[in-house]
Amino acid sequence: MTETISTTRTGGATAEPSHGEPVMVQLLTPAGERTPDPEHDPLVAALDAEALRERYRAMTLARRLDIEATSLQRQGELALYASSRGQEAAQIGAARGLRPQDHVFPTYREHALAMSRGVAPLDLLRLYRGTSHGGWDAAETNTHGYTLVIGAQTLHATGYAMGVQRDGTVGTGDDDVDTAVVACLGDGATSQGEVNEAMTWAAVFKAPVVFLCQNNQWAISEPNTRQFAAPLTERAAGVGLPSVRVDGNDVIAVEAVVRAAADRARSGGGPTFVEAWTYRVSAHTTSDDTTRYRESDDDALWAPLDPLVRLEAHLRALHAAGSGEDQDVDAFLADVAAEADVLGEALRGDVRDLPDPEPASMFDHVYADRHPLVDEERAWMQDWNAEGDQP
Amino acid sequence: MNTTTLTAPAQAPASSHLTAARERGPHAPTPGGRAAEAVRPTTLTMAAALNAGLRRAMDHDDKVLLMGEDIGALGGVFRVTDGLQRDFGEQRVVDTPLSEAGIVGTATGLAMAGYRPVCEIQFDGFIFPAFNQIVTQLAKMRSRTSGATSLPVVVRVPFGGGIGAVEHHSESPEALFSHVPGLRVVSPASPQDAYWMIQQAITSDDPVMVFEPKRRYWDRGPVELAGRDRGRVRALDEAPPLHSARVVAAGSDVTVLAYGPTVRVALDAAVTARAEGTSVEVVDLRSMSPLDLPTIEASVRRTGRCVVVHEAPTFLGLGAELAARITESCFHHLEAPVLRVGGFAVPYPVARVEEHYLPDADRVLDAVDRALAY
Repeated sequence: MTETISTTRTGGATAEPSHGEPVMVQLLTPAGERTPDPEHDPLVAALDAEALRERYRAMTLARRLDIEATSLQRQGELALYASSRGQEAAQIGAARGLRPQDHVFPTYREHALAMSRGVAPLDLLRLYRGTSHGGWDAAETNTHGYTLVIGAQTLHATGYAMGVQRDGTVGTGDDDVDTAVVACLGDGATSQGEVNEAMTWAAVFKAPVVFLCQNNQWAISEPNTRQFAAPLTERAAGVGLPSVRVDGNDVIAVEAVVRAAADRARSGGGPTFVEAWTYRVSAHTTSDDTTRYRESDDDALWAPLDPLVRLEAHLRALHAAGSGEDQDVDAFLADVAAEADVLGEALRGDVRDLPDPEPASMFDHVYADRHPLVDEERAWMQDWNAEGDQP
Repeated sequence: MNTTTLTAPAQAPASSHLTAARERGPHAPTPGGRAAEAVRPTTLTMAAALNAGLRRAMDHDDKVLLMGEDIGALGGVFRVTDGLQRDFGEQRVVDTPLSEAGIVGTATGLAMAGYRPVCEIQFDGFIFPAFNQIVTQLAKMRSRTSGATSLPVVVRVPFGGGIGAVEHHSESPEALFSHVPGLRVVSPASPQDAYWMIQQAITSDDPVMVFEPKRRYWDRGPVELAGRDRGRVRALDEAPPLHSARVVAAGSDVTVLAYGPTVRVALDAAVTARAEGTSVEVVDLRSMSPLDLPTIEASVRRTGRCVVVHEAPTFLGLGAELAARITESCFHHLEAPVLRVGGFAVPYPVARVEEHYLPDADRVLDAVDRALAY
């Protein structure tokens, strides 16, 4: 089934590559069949049926977040939403390939990854409701805030990794100490100068970075062909980064590949570029309209490649083979669906209950130390608003 | 009114022995790599004073890192970091790729990891590749994270003209950064201020842009170096606050506001004016964001007249903000409109004619005369 996801015909990126396409790591076919891979199998040897059900559950909850958030935007409760639908395997697999002490610098579409790292779903929506430019404390999950300027966070991740090097928390051999840093990015971001600078810096300084590029085929309306004329893995090789393309809709393969890359980073082996080959099922954001630029058969092409579809098929096969859990797969799916319903219901209430911040709070945290202009203007606003409150 | 000859820099007595050599250790070089180690001068160039300030900051805090192009073995193109990589190693004095966005972007990440990076942008005109990182990330990260993330990043920028350079090497982009909430913007005008202000900038938990007047790098001046366990030297917290302006020449007829390279220009103008019977007060702003308005306003209320001098184009320069502010707060004290002396609304010109672009003492005196004529 690998040829179904042939890299020469993906989404709108229909041009024949002028260079040889890289081999794509795939451990679970779209039909849900586990394919042997001596190099990567040891990295996911612990993924028994229970662990795979946990990943299915995580992907399902993330998808429910996308569905609920999109609905909330349509109801006017969110200003905007950027769905991660279709990219659940790339993100959950990546999260599971990391350790708690690892740091993640996400884009604005890393909902599944962030949830999987422990960020509360409600916190992910504060930005989109317009009550916060951030939403959560990065120190609690080592998952940093969303970055909206495309690619800017890749330099922060690289700098953070240079700090890890100076802290001496790389290459000690202690699994609980050595730290990898993940720089998330998309296919469009690879055209940014800053991303190429980050890759160069990470390679030059051998910083413990994993560049996790989710190639979802589309940068708003522009396909891969408008972003690069050679495979991204070649780009990585050009700056001295080992690279790998992985089937981003295969949660097992992504976990294996990211685990290998993170292990390498933590051991002092330096950075790796991972291209997770996936598909943005939804529009870029709720403000976007894919009918203006995307062919309907793109969706049809990718629908059978859906990460949840193939994992469900695999879970059924495992159960049928007697190597799975006692619980029937349908009963498990019903449990997960019920849990997703609970999440959805809670979000519908909690998002509406998110309070607007105090207006004068916009003056808080502009600076660490006092700043006379900020103080002056805060006082002005408070006076102005106080006068407005008077009869 | 010929003021083209600059005032000779003050020279401190060579017999003084107050330097940082002892606190640096026996093998440390004299700041700036000049003179013999045994000599402890109190007169330093601005470049050497910056070097001494950086050295002291690195001595005091292991988290302080220097990052920039050619700042290691070369010591920076202006030698401000001379000898520091040799003494602190390549992990703390980092020769970076030729990548300004990378410098500021990774510095932001390092700050998030608990470090205090000091970035050197080689020349003013090369800061723009880093503009995105400075404006959209460095300046906003604290607010974005509701105060959870401190960004103790210093960005050093040699700026201004008058050195006969090629394009992009003589610019004054300070207003662009002063306009950005979240940044602090300062400019030292003397070796002593350079020594204190670079250290204060490094201890700030906010991002600080330090615009260093490159044509003053080699001007010498007295520098009181701080030391530990020395009764007669000042500690960092005894230095003037980073964001305070200072009256550097007292006068009663007109206030001239200047910063960085034009402080000297203003002082020269004040000397000439005094000979002609006009008392000019010169205020060195030192900080462009925030502005020390109380000091500025107190001076303007005394004199009733104000001239602002900077090399940057006058249009929407610091002078525009100062004129607006002073008009609002000192309206009833003003005897004349606030006048501006600055660069023109043109790309910085070629070296052969830059003297016609840069504000000089004659142009300052002309503005002083116009203010007095109201």
